[in-house]
Amino acid sequence: MRERVLLALGAFALVALLPFLLAAILPANQAQFWTANILGRALVFGIVALSLTFLATYGGFISLAQMMIAGVAGYALAVFVEGAVPRVVGGLGYLAAIPLGLLASTLMGLLVGAIAVRTRDIYLLMITLALAMGVFRFVETNIAWFNGYEGIRNVVGPNVFGRDFRDPWVFFYVALGTAALLLVGVLYLVRSPFGLVLQGIRDNPRRVAALGYNVALHRIAAFGVAGFIAGCGGVLGTIYNIGISPGTIGLGATVNVLIMSVIGGLGHPLGAFLGSLVFTVFDTFAANLYDRDRFNTLIGTVFLVIVLLSPDGLTGLASRLRRLATGRRE
Amino acid sequence: MDLAATIVLNGLTLAALYFIVASGFSLVFGLMRVVNMAHGSLYLIAGYVGYAVFEPLYDQDAWYAWHAGLAAGILAAALAGALMQKILLGWMQGQELRQALVTIGVSIIVADQILAFYGGNPRQFFAPDSIFGSTQVPLVGGYPTFRLVQIGVALAVGVGLWLLLNRTRLGMMIRAGVDDREMLGACGINVPLVGIAVFALGAALCGLGGVIGSTAQPLAMGQDGRFLLISLVVVIVGGMGSIAGTAVGAVLIGLAEQLGQALFPTYSVVLTFVIMAAVLAMRPQGILGRA
Repeated sequence: MRERVLLALGAFALVALLPFLLAAILPANQAQFWTANILGRALVFGIVALSLTFLATYGGFISLAQMMIAGVAGYALAVFVEGAVPRVVGGLGYLAAIPLGLLASTLMGLLVGAIAVRTRDIYLLMITLALAMGVFRFVETNIAWFNGYEGIRNVVGPNVFGRDFRDPWVFFYVALGTAALLLVGVLYLVRSPFGLVLQGIRDNPRRVAALGYNVALHRIAAFGVAGFIAGCGGVLGTIYNIGISPGTIGLGATVNVLIMSVIGGLGHPLGAFLGSLVFTVFDTFAANLYDRDRFNTLIGTVFLVIVLLSPDGLTGLASRLRRLATGRRE
Repeated sequence: MDLAATIVLNGLTLAALYFIVASGFSLVFGLMRVVNMAHGSLYLIAGYVGYAVFEPLYDQDAWYAWHAGLAAGILAAALAGALMQKILLGWMQGQELRQALVTIGVSIIVADQILAFYGGNPRQFFAPDSIFGSTQVPLVGGYPTFRLVQIGVALAVGVGLWLLLNRTRLGMMIRAGVDDREMLGACGINVPLVGIAVFALGAALCGLGGVIGSTAQPLAMGQDGRFLLISLVVVIVGGMGSIAGTAVGAVLIGLAEQLGQALFPTYSVVLTFVIMAAVLAMRPQGILGRA
């Protein structure tokens, strides 16, 4: 156990030092590009994917609503924060608007969980996708609250210790800190009584119910937790993009989050970040690999190959290789 | 009064299109337990391939241009569906979630390749003269004939499917396969082939919807997501895997959409999802779904 904690701390330190390493080996503008556009973006996507991986790994729920829930946090932030264009409600500082966004996404998570509470597996997949697309179309057509197709711009983010939030280094470390806290939080939560009940529901809901636990409430609460996680990603993503538009939560974005989680593997929360990193790197360098405009074909093929060959993704592949290696040694 | 009648008729014609597309989705889901997330892609394939056949013929003023496009679209979709089942889905029968993920992968690739082949310009079929123009309808007045044809096609699809499933040998095999695949195989029937036939049929229905839908409204990228969503909602509301349920769901959603757009335009989408949430809360298996 202690070894694993040390290993995890070492890995975290390595990731935290990445910007320095990149600055040392790459020209300045490239290092900054990697820090902001690849690592920073991968962390933001990874947080949203983490909310899905959390639900899938410990609850067995594959929810396609997570990007939409992240978008709810982003939209709530954009609607209430001062300085956003156009001004919808405004008047709040970031210190108040960000918690409001997280509250909104948690509530949306609870709502999605409540609507889907009696469904499982592919039914859940269908219903969460339908809900996500419903919110997307609502946001896209509603001008009064969400400025329709154009969305809300100029959400620049707060100042952190006197530095601009969107400074690549500041953004990277805030995102990294958030991701690490959420990851540790998830790993802690699944060892708590709540987490154990959740895993019991995944394996056999009837038995858990017979033990006297309220299955429905636990399920809804898990969606609430996932909603909070997704909301963190949504807030960061909105500040990263200096605003939010319906495209952020469209079908493509929804499916992208699923792709990341599946590529990384729906067996361990770390898979979310692994998947988002692979996705972002492909996204950035698709032009060099195949064709600039055909990124979707490329990532779709990667996704298909993973689903066909290794359904538990890269983390599953890694643990299988490890088992193979240790098996040979014995 | 006239306005109300027009809205209801609009809702019904829309419901007819939704039924045609969603019936294929429901058929495949009900009989194969496959959630075909690439259902919208089949709509696109039918539309674009059909149009590629239609356009040169239309330019030569061939009277059968639309019919040829329709046939080509249906064939293309059916072939794509059959190939998907044969190559990708058949050997992972029973792994429902994995099959759903595979079809998501297929839908991403198909949409991107269609964009690469045909570009992003919207297209629209022109209906043949015999079903073009307008017809006098009581209470409503002049109404586009093609939309009325849509209702007729939907009725024919519904009745045809019912007859196929309940009155033919193939239907008997399909229904038997739903209940007990192994026993059906032991009776000497090629079960994988039945599966491919079901998939091709479901895809062909979607293809029919694709060409008809692209005659009534423009065909463009993004329609795949729209029709996948509609198929999902219609089937969730009406009942998973029930053809009659699909019809009920399509009528409810079609009417709700038109009524919503007339009464509160910017919030009309919400009405659809309120209906869905309400049905799920009371009958998770859908209005006519088997528990």
